[in-house]
Amino acid sequence: MTTAASPSRDGPAHPKVLIADDEPNIVVSLEFMMKREGFEVLVARDGVKALDAIRREHPRLVLLDATMPGMSGFDVCEAVRADAAVSGTCIVMLTAKGRETDMARGVGAGADAYVTKPFSTRDLVQKVKEMLARDSAA
Amino acid sequence: MTPTLTAAPVLSAPLVVGVAIAYLAALFAVAAFADRRARQGRSVIGSAWIYALSLAVYCTAWTYFGSVGRAATTGVWFLPIYLGPMLAMVLAWVVVRKMVRIAHSYRITSIADFIAARYGKSPLVAAVVTLITVVGIVPYIALQLKAVSSGFAVLTGPAGAAGGAGAAWWQDGTLLVALALAVFTILFGTRHLDSAERHEGMVAAVAAESLVKLAAFLAVGAFVTWGVFDGMADIWARAQTLPGLHDLMRLGGAEGSASFGYAQWFSLTLLSMLSVVLLPRQFQMMVVECVDERHIRRAAWVFPAYLLAINIFVLPLALGGMVLFGAGSASQAETFVLTLPLSQGQTGLALFAFVGGLSAATGMLIVETIAVSTMVCNDLVMPTLLRLGAFRAQAGGDLTGLLLAIRRAAIVGVLLLGYLYFQVAGEAYALVSIGLISFAAVAQFAPALFGGMYWRGATRLGALGGLLGGFLVWAWTLMLPSVAKSGWIGDAFLTHGPFGIAALAPERLFGLAALDNLSHSLFWSLLANVSLYVGLSLWRAPSGREASQALLFVDVFARGRSAADPIFWRGRARPDALMALARRLIGPEAAAQIFAAHAHTAGVADPTADARLVDAVERRIAGAVGAASARVLVAAVAEEEPLGTADVMEILDEASQLRVYARALEEKSRSLEAASAELSDANAQLRTLDELKDDFMSSVTHELRTPLTAIRALSELMVDAPDMEEAQREEFLRIIVAESERLSRLVDQVLDMAKIESGHAEWHAVDVDLAAVVRDAVTATRALAQARGAEIELAAPSTVPPLKADPDRLTQVVLNLISNAAKFVPATGGRIAVQVSADADGVEVRVADNGPGVPDEDRDTIFEKFRQGGDALTRPPGTGLGLPISRRIVDHFGGTMWLEQRQGSGACFAFRLPYRPKKMEETP
Amino acid sequence: MTTNRIEPATGAAADRGPSPQGLAALCGAGVLVFNFPLLMVWDADVSVLGLPLLPVALFALWAALIAALAFASERGGRAPGLRPLPPGDDA
Repeated sequence: MTTAASPSRDGPAHPKVLIADDEPNIVVSLEFMMKREGFEVLVARDGVKALDAIRREHPRLVLLDATMPGMSGFDVCEAVRADAAVSGTCIVMLTAKGRETDMARGVGAGADAYVTKPFSTRDLVQKVKEMLARDSAA
Repeated sequence: MTPTLTAAPVLSAPLVVGVAIAYLAALFAVAAFADRRARQGRSVIGSAWIYALSLAVYCTAWTYFGSVGRAATTGVWFLPIYLGPMLAMVLAWVVVRKMVRIAHSYRITSIADFIAARYGKSPLVAAVVTLITVVGIVPYIALQLKAVSSGFAVLTGPAGAAGGAGAAWWQDGTLLVALALAVFTILFGTRHLDSAERHEGMVAAVAAESLVKLAAFLAVGAFVTWGVFDGMADIWARAQTLPGLHDLMRLGGAEGSASFGYAQWFSLTLLSMLSVVLLPRQFQMMVVECVDERHIRRAAWVFPAYLLAINIFVLPLALGGMVLFGAGSASQAETFVLTLPLSQGQTGLALFAFVGGLSAATGMLIVETIAVSTMVCNDLVMPTLLRLGAFRAQAGGDLTGLLLAIRRAAIVGVLLLGYLYFQVAGEAYALVSIGLISFAAVAQFAPALFGGMYWRGATRLGALGGLLGGFLVWAWTLMLPSVAKSGWIGDAFLTHGPFGIAALAPERLFGLAALDNLSHSLFWSLLANVSLYVGLSLWRAPSGREASQALLFVDVFARGRSAADPIFWRGRARPDALMALARRLIGPEAAAQIFAAHAHTAGVADPTADARLVDAVERRIAGAVGAASARVLVAAVAEEEPLGTADVMEILDEASQLRVYARALEEKSRSLEAASAELSDANAQLRTLDELKDDFMSSVTHELRTPLTAIRALSELMVDAPDMEEAQREEFLRIIVAESERLSRLVDQVLDMAKIESGHAEWHAVDVDLAAVVRDAVTATRALAQARGAEIELAAPSTVPPLKADPDRLTQVVLNLISNAAKFVPATGGRIAVQVSADADGVEVRVADNGPGVPDEDRDTIFEKFRQGGDALTRPPGTGLGLPISRRIVDHFGGTMWLEQRQGSGACFAFRLPYRPKKMEETP
Repeated sequence: MTTNRIEPATGAAADRGPSPQGLAALCGAGVLVFNFPLLMVWDADVSVLGLPLLPVALFALWAALIAALAFASERGGRAPGLRPLPPGDDA
């Protein structure tokens, strides 16, 4: 069995993934998921901390909740795209709001993918993997 | 009227003439000023007061001098002449306003034009009315000339006696006055051809004259009453001592009231009632020169008030004069206004009084001659010229100059005619009698004019018959006897009747001897007039043109000036022929204007001569030459189809249908507008509601999806990893249970909120002891608080006065506040203070904690839906609906909930419920 | 929901003024008091403030009639939105 704490899986590397969400229980599930896939997981509880972590740790991919206190996911996304040092970071936007305007906003902010909550864990993992593969190929 | 009763000081003739000339020059200035202002578009006569003053042209020299004379001989008998106008003006708002509306709608310029236009624009009717006017009015004009000349004679003494046999014509003051007035009238009355363009200068001058004559008369009256005598009572006390004067103030004079001639009293009242509208000058001022028909409303009472004012001193002057000059002076009382000041040595006042009398006479003369000359030109000369073909002879030439020349000649002619009458018959009659003869003549217009305004069935034939019949009877019973009495024809027929037929004796027709001359004549002439008018009208149906004009007159208020108005004309006309006609009569500019306006309305550049254009041209020409002549002129250039009564009805039907459609359309569009405004209001409200709803739904969705996300993700992870560690699995399951609870709590609260907001929540209002409710809630939450390491301190009286509220709901509120507080207390040493206090008005509950407090930026929004205090990590689980629901519950029972500001010592939520809510709030 | 008051379609405002019935009644009253036989009421050998009754009564009645007419005329006056007199013609 593979635990979240032991990234023993085979893989080209242990890419860093940042989870940014203000709901602790969702973080728990995402963290478990990502660790099981062998990623190195970082956690941020709000937008400001998320941006700090991105700039400091340069994660390959960010799972970014859209609605967080302080700085929203959209703002974080825009800030990342504007920052040359980290602008290449893959961003998967997670949102509990399903309205089309929210989608448009997310895409407009520069997210690579947009996933509505509640999500299928398998699909999310699949999507993350694909994105990282494409990213390394490019 | 022989002057000089006493050896009064006499003024020099040049002085009097100089003052008169200066006064007339001042009038010129006033008129010129008003004309200039009118041209600048800043009219000075646009006021009801000016209009009322201009109506006072009714008070002529006859009033000014004659009233005193009449009062001296007959007591109160001078009054009916002014009570009649009073009664007439009561109805002015109804009758005169209609006349003004008609006259302005159809460019009517005189009373002859008015009556003729009503009866199918008949030239014959116009001519008859004009003839009656001229015959009836010339004596009246003579009367004014006489007043001026004898006033002059009184002031200047025997040396200045006018019109003496030996004097050459250029020394004849009366003739000079007549000629001077002719010049004045020509200058200000015939400046424009279109009489519908009002004579502003003349109106201003007449209004000024009205002020002068009132001021002068009042000045003399006040002087005599308080200067010569010691008030009115003193005059009366001294007059009573004179023989005969005591009975003067009784109705029947010395013979007692049984001999009171009430028929004559009534006749005089009726006559003056009609004359105030029908005299040419009154019609001119009241109808043609009316600037704004709203002025009638005020003038209706201001004008009678003027009449009252100018009559106040008539009796004091008459009695005072007789006291001073002796009872035998009554026959010379007509000059009292001048002789009284003179006898006291007040030459200045006498001169002022003379100027007042001059005002009264000249005002009347100017307006009367303008009115009569317009009628003579349009209704006698023009038709004759048309018939003679004079216009065809100089086809294409501009006729405006010719028309003005005719009118000017008519002015001179009318004044000279008056002068001639004055010379021939001047000395025969007292002022009052002449005036009354004129009144009775114009009274003959009443049936045709007023009948025509209200009776559609009246015909041209009826009008002609009535006018001629009434006029002939008037001439026979009043005019001829007056001529006979002045000695110009034998008066045998008066007593024996013509050819010895006693039944036809002018003043005792068919032996009717019980009435006085005037009532007798008025009775017979109006009887003949009305009988013929009604009888002949009923005998033959009106022609198409008469019927159409009848409709336009009678229903003038029903019609606007819209395109849906009926135009009673059928045929073909060439635009160039119409244009040529219009140019010749009203000048090229005005003509071009009509065509341009028509093209503008019709929306075409090159107008075809349709009925509307023909009507526009005809109306405009009517303003210059009168309706009857205009009709003849237009008919000459157009191929017209004769209009039958059936055609008229058909045109009217079409027009009224059009009107109905237009009105219906108008109403429909108005109601559509209103409806669309309401709809857009509703739409805006809905949009706001929709936005609110949308926000709410979005928030709810978000709040529902968040626990669902955790539940789904963790469940899937457990399904996918059957080998998961037991501890991990238990952790996940615990989270799933907690999130499920959160989910169901959320669903409950959303439903609760929805119920409250939609007004479907159930409320059970019973007497509640809030202290007990709080105590129960504290007991229930103590365990929860202790689990978080917090203590609840309760400070509450054992009982508080009962409130009307739902105990379950209040419990919900208190529980909510306490659990809310419990979420935020620090992990150790948490304290929650619950406090209940009652005062005279209600009960207050406070729940305070020692947590971090509410950040300033959240204070304003803390009671909004889905706003949770604190950040998500440290924030205990909540739905964000607890506080909004609590607040709505408190609101519902008339209370208030608020967050108390407590610096650095945690949050304190409080609410207050009154014992007697002002109004149970219906939650929206 | 706002409710829009719908104005009458025609320019009835121009017709604002004393009511025709009221004026007719006033006129009738005037005709009555100024004629036989009501006039006889004042025909007495009586002095009012040193003045003969008949003329004083006639002037007083006259003034009263003017006052009544003024009251009736000015009461409804100054209504806004009155239509001015229509011009003589389309020129």
